[in-house]
Amino acid sequence: MTAQVFAFIPHANSRIDDAAPELAAAARQLAPGAPVTALVAGDGAGVEAVCAEAGRFFPEVWKFAAAELAYPNAELLRPLLSRVLPRGAIVLFSHNTLAMDLGPGLAVKLDAAYLPDIVAFEAPEGQVLRAVRQEFNGQVSTHVACDLSGGAVITLRAGCFAASEPLAAAGRVVDRSADAQGLAARRRFLEVVPAEVGDVDITKEEVLVSVGRGIGDKENLPVAEDLAEALGAVVSCSRPVVDAKWLDKSRQVGTSGKTVKPKVYLALGISGSFQHMGGIKGNPFIVAVNKNPKAPIFQVAQVGVVADVLEFAPVLAEAVRKAR
Amino acid sequence: MNILVCVKRVPDTAENEIEVRPDGTDIRREDLVYSVNEWDNYAVEEAIQIAERTGGTVTVATVGDADAEEVVRREMAMGAQQGLMLTDPAFEGSDGRGVAEILKAAVQRGRYDLVLCGAQADDGAGQVGGMLAALLDWPYASLVNRIEVLEGQRLRIGREIEGGNQEVSEIELPCVLSIQTGINEPRYVGIRGIRKVASVEIPALGASELGLDPSRVGRAACRVRKLDYFVPPAGAGAEILQGSPEEIAARLVDLLKAKGGLK
Repeated sequence: MTAQVFAFIPHANSRIDDAAPELAAAARQLAPGAPVTALVAGDGAGVEAVCAEAGRFFPEVWKFAAAELAYPNAELLRPLLSRVLPRGAIVLFSHNTLAMDLGPGLAVKLDAAYLPDIVAFEAPEGQVLRAVRQEFNGQVSTHVACDLSGGAVITLRAGCFAASEPLAAAGRVVDRSADAQGLAARRRFLEVVPAEVGDVDITKEEVLVSVGRGIGDKENLPVAEDLAEALGAVVSCSRPVVDAKWLDKSRQVGTSGKTVKPKVYLALGISGSFQHMGGIKGNPFIVAVNKNPKAPIFQVAQVGVVADVLEFAPVLAEAVRKAR
Repeated sequence: MNILVCVKRVPDTAENEIEVRPDGTDIRREDLVYSVNEWDNYAVEEAIQIAERTGGTVTVATVGDADAEEVVRREMAMGAQQGLMLTDPAFEGSDGRGVAEILKAAVQRGRYDLVLCGAQADDGAGQVGGMLAALLDWPYASLVNRIEVLEGQRLRIGREIEGGNQEVSEIELPCVLSIQTGINEPRYVGIRGIRKVASVEIPALGASELGLDPSRVGRAACRVRKLDYFVPPAGAGAEILQGSPEEIAARLVDLLKAKGGLK
């Protein structure tokens, strides 16, 4: 592999994201021995701090400082990256909402392959990379093969690659801000509206009774609410429940909802997609109730019950009340 | 506003367990229930609501074989005025880039102010919308969960970003947006609605009608090849409790007590 490898550094509040050291390790795995360049875009003092921190993991850091880049607008970053990246470049991103916005179009503009949401890959043989993706919400995996000789845009699922240790010597920061001038886009960032705050704060609860699509209907919610009441817990949910407007968005656990850190998490009729599990931190005791014995949730739960939620939850609620 | 919505017929994960064929070449498709991709259904609903407010038409297009016509018809029953089948043996096996090339040709044959896609489909790649925008050189936004039509050929849009926060932007038309679930409440389609569009003629266009170079689409043009399907070896996984519901509940109560779930 002779291609140049780049890693786009996600950052917020003047700090690199936890995914940045994972990108460094993955880049080294992809192209052992090849120099890997970190790409940092931003503005002001924040971008300086981020470059310095990125330099702990990457031998070279390209800094793009411009007022327009204060907020990461994919419609500005795409022309910037198409301008500065050499032909055949391999660019790694963390698979976040920015990369999802930026990556597919960047692959077209670079005339490169696009490999989204990669969870693992093998050391390339020649120019061919074999990588692992998931389909159908994690129910099945696939191996994909990609010829890297024309370049590639690859997004990596956070937490799937071990983080790199810091380098012995800090990397060199190269100021490429001159290349970031005169960027224009037909999409203008206005503001970030914070997620609404609901009547309860699920992020502070120690015990959560969480419901998913398996609850079947809004009319069945009292089954979960009754169990939660018996346990002194609060009801949270997975995304399909919010999409169906059965519960408020403030109750949603997951990467697009709240991050919770309970002691005990009861997952009722939740399949256990990685987006949902990404919102559960602090290694809680997870109990899964699902009628599908192959649901991915049983891989991450400590204890499982293969049963219909609507039948089992009332039995459990009664047992809890008796034990009080 | 004239809107094109790109939809895909996919196995319905709410109705099916997805299993891998013993030879690993595909998932088991024999008994699968298919439906319109969930994200696309929200996109069609959003397009219909915009057209109801601003005038104009909604066209639903799909890249697929004759089986895919049922989802186009279903979305027309929701209220889309036109359907469009993009069908050709040369399209088979296209990767995301190939599908985007086909859709680009379809967009350029019409006069659309706005193209909507679902944010992702069955393969979870979430790539076609962004690639289509780049090929058209139109602005793009992904994961859109709010659309407001402004004066002067502009939209104010919200994108769903991490933590359930919403990134608000203004975007110029024409543009491509990929739609996140939950943006609206898709209307129900009854048997009567389906019947009303049952005999509507849905035009089908192939590579030659679209003026597409067949070498840019189909299996041979794929940059990313799918080698196999597999289910990763299961880890230790959960201890599955056995017994009657009452026995299981009693065991769980003990466990919950031990773990701080019952104070």
